[in-house]
Amino acid sequence: MALLDVQDLSVTFARRGQRTVHAVDGVSFNVDAGEVVGLVGESGCGKSVTSLALMGLLPRQRGVHVGGTANFDGTDLLSLDQRSMRDVRGRDVAMIFQDPLSSLNPVVPIGLQVTEVLVRHRDMGRDAARKEAVELLDRVGIPDPRRRLKEYPHQLSGGMRQRALIAMAVACQPRLLIADEPTTALDVTIQAQILELLKELVRDLGTALIMITHDLGVVAGMCDTINVLYAGRVVETARRRELFAGRRHPYTEGLLASIPRLDAGRGEKLTPIRGSVRDVLPWLDGCAFAPRCDRRVEACVGEPPAMVPTHTGHEYRCVNPVPLASKEEAGA
Amino acid sequence: MTLAPGRGKKVKLDRLAELSAVRDDERGVSLWREAMRRLRRNPAAIVGAVILVLFVLVAVVGPFFVPYGTTDTMGIREGVVKSGQGIIPGPSADHWLGYDHQGRDEFSRLVVGARQTLIVGIVSTLIGLTIGVFLGGLAGAAAGLGGRWGRALDNVLMRIVDMMLSLPSLLLAVSVAALLGPSIVTVMIAVGVVSVPIFARLLRGSMIAQANRDYVLAASSLGVRGSKIAISHILPNSLAPVIVQATLTLATAIIEVAALSFLGLGNPDSAVPEWGLMLADAQPYLGIRPGLAIYPAVGIIITALGFTLLGEAMREALDPKLRR
Repeated sequence: MALLDVQDLSVTFARRGQRTVHAVDGVSFNVDAGEVVGLVGESGCGKSVTSLALMGLLPRQRGVHVGGTANFDGTDLLSLDQRSMRDVRGRDVAMIFQDPLSSLNPVVPIGLQVTEVLVRHRDMGRDAARKEAVELLDRVGIPDPRRRLKEYPHQLSGGMRQRALIAMAVACQPRLLIADEPTTALDVTIQAQILELLKELVRDLGTALIMITHDLGVVAGMCDTINVLYAGRVVETARRRELFAGRRHPYTEGLLASIPRLDAGRGEKLTPIRGSVRDVLPWLDGCAFAPRCDRRVEACVGEPPAMVPTHTGHEYRCVNPVPLASKEEAGA
Repeated sequence: MTLAPGRGKKVKLDRLAELSAVRDDERGVSLWREAMRRLRRNPAAIVGAVILVLFVLVAVVGPFFVPYGTTDTMGIREGVVKSGQGIIPGPSADHWLGYDHQGRDEFSRLVVGARQTLIVGIVSTLIGLTIGVFLGGLAGAAAGLGGRWGRALDNVLMRIVDMMLSLPSLLLAVSVAALLGPSIVTVMIAVGVVSVPIFARLLRGSMIAQANRDYVLAASSLGVRGSKIAISHILPNSLAPVIVQATLTLATAIIEVAALSFLGLGNPDSAVPEWGLMLADAQPYLGIRPGLAIYPAVGIIITALGFTLLGEAMREALDPKLRR
């Protein structure tokens, strides 16, 4: 059985005088224990909102509505009350954020921020927590952890800060880690180090990881299963190998084609996807990607397409998928 | 122009040494230490700080070294001062600022008055700060983190603060004085209560702004309780403007206290010298000895100036927009 089973998750934001925004519109996916699952898509496709909804961190206001279920090892995360959700957060499910500088409290030393989790969830005393924090910082590859504990976030480099955030997230050895674009704010060499660290932690601690990113390169390097999101719905889901070998959805195809390549000829232009995402009710009348799609046919308009299952578990939401045979030319 | 290779290397090494030295220097730099560093570079801050240090020194140590007692009406006893006939001698070698209208040594009274002024200023600011931080902190935390019920609580608290804002300090002081009788405590309560709304609003606003920051989200993603987040994450990040305001409020508090005791709402017993009261007492003799009014007035102005200079400099030093 899956560790996390998200069924038909939907998040809508309603504001008076404005049309309701369907940020997440029926997303379903599974995460097995110890598995690395990627949620991929461009800005505004609902990746971050999905993660915040799972963590119960969306603002509790009128107008914000979360639907569907997220079965985490027998409990539905979405229907838990605030108090129980607070106990789950940090202990069973933890999150790593995009911008490590703004995610750390600027006026509190790193050490206090790390020990805070330990005191909260593992009932540790101050001294025990400090000792554990030193080990944690060491574990995530921060040199001289004893000194770093006393330092403030602005004294650490970007990579260090992200490592410190990761240390806080894994402090209680959660069974599920959600990383929301953990490498976007870092430069490329540091990105590789952080991804390596995450891979290592997932392997050693047996933690499942939901990797949220727009970077297919990141996904290719570490995810077991990949879900491609578009306008609040999963449009394609497959094991990594299968996806890269034979993507079927034109959007996935477009994402892959728009990655800059080192082996491309000089002066060769990138292949972008035309247009941009529609944000209000994109799936109401047909495929939300249809207006931007090169493979659009008449069936794309009218009914929103359903997920097409295949025997390998590779699913896609498209009536006119990229044919498997064309993958050699398309990948070139 | 070409550098000899050896020279270039040395320059590079020097540069490296310099960089690492800066790095060492920065170790353990907190927000406050950084602010201190910027304060020391600001001439206005230095002037303000020097004024305040002198003022505090005079207020604390001065009364032990004054040449005469503050209640000793020696001028009248010795027949030098006849205020009824308009004879109040000015500065002399024995009495540096002359006598007051009751024949007491003006200099001694001025110095002892500094202590009274300092105490009253600090206490009334503390009254305002404590109540203001409590109300504002509660409202800010409730509005920022508490969801719908929190916003309701915030609404109630802030309406109370609005009501306090509509109270004129003079009216409040008069009514408190009517209840408790005119005394220095009356004045401190009045001045303190009037500054509550400013502190409350300032703290609430800055806490609400902080509540939307990423580190608050990150802390709640780790299951940290709301009250803990408010106290150990949001509050320390929101205090800077309140502290600046407290420094500036000290200046206005001193002026207001002087104004209220000038109007006779303070301690009516002129045995305890207070600058505002001294001003009031000097009123009938303005034509004969304007100095009696000028000395305490200058004291009030210089002290308020010191607090204001330091407060403004602190505002600059703590402004996150100017921080590098």
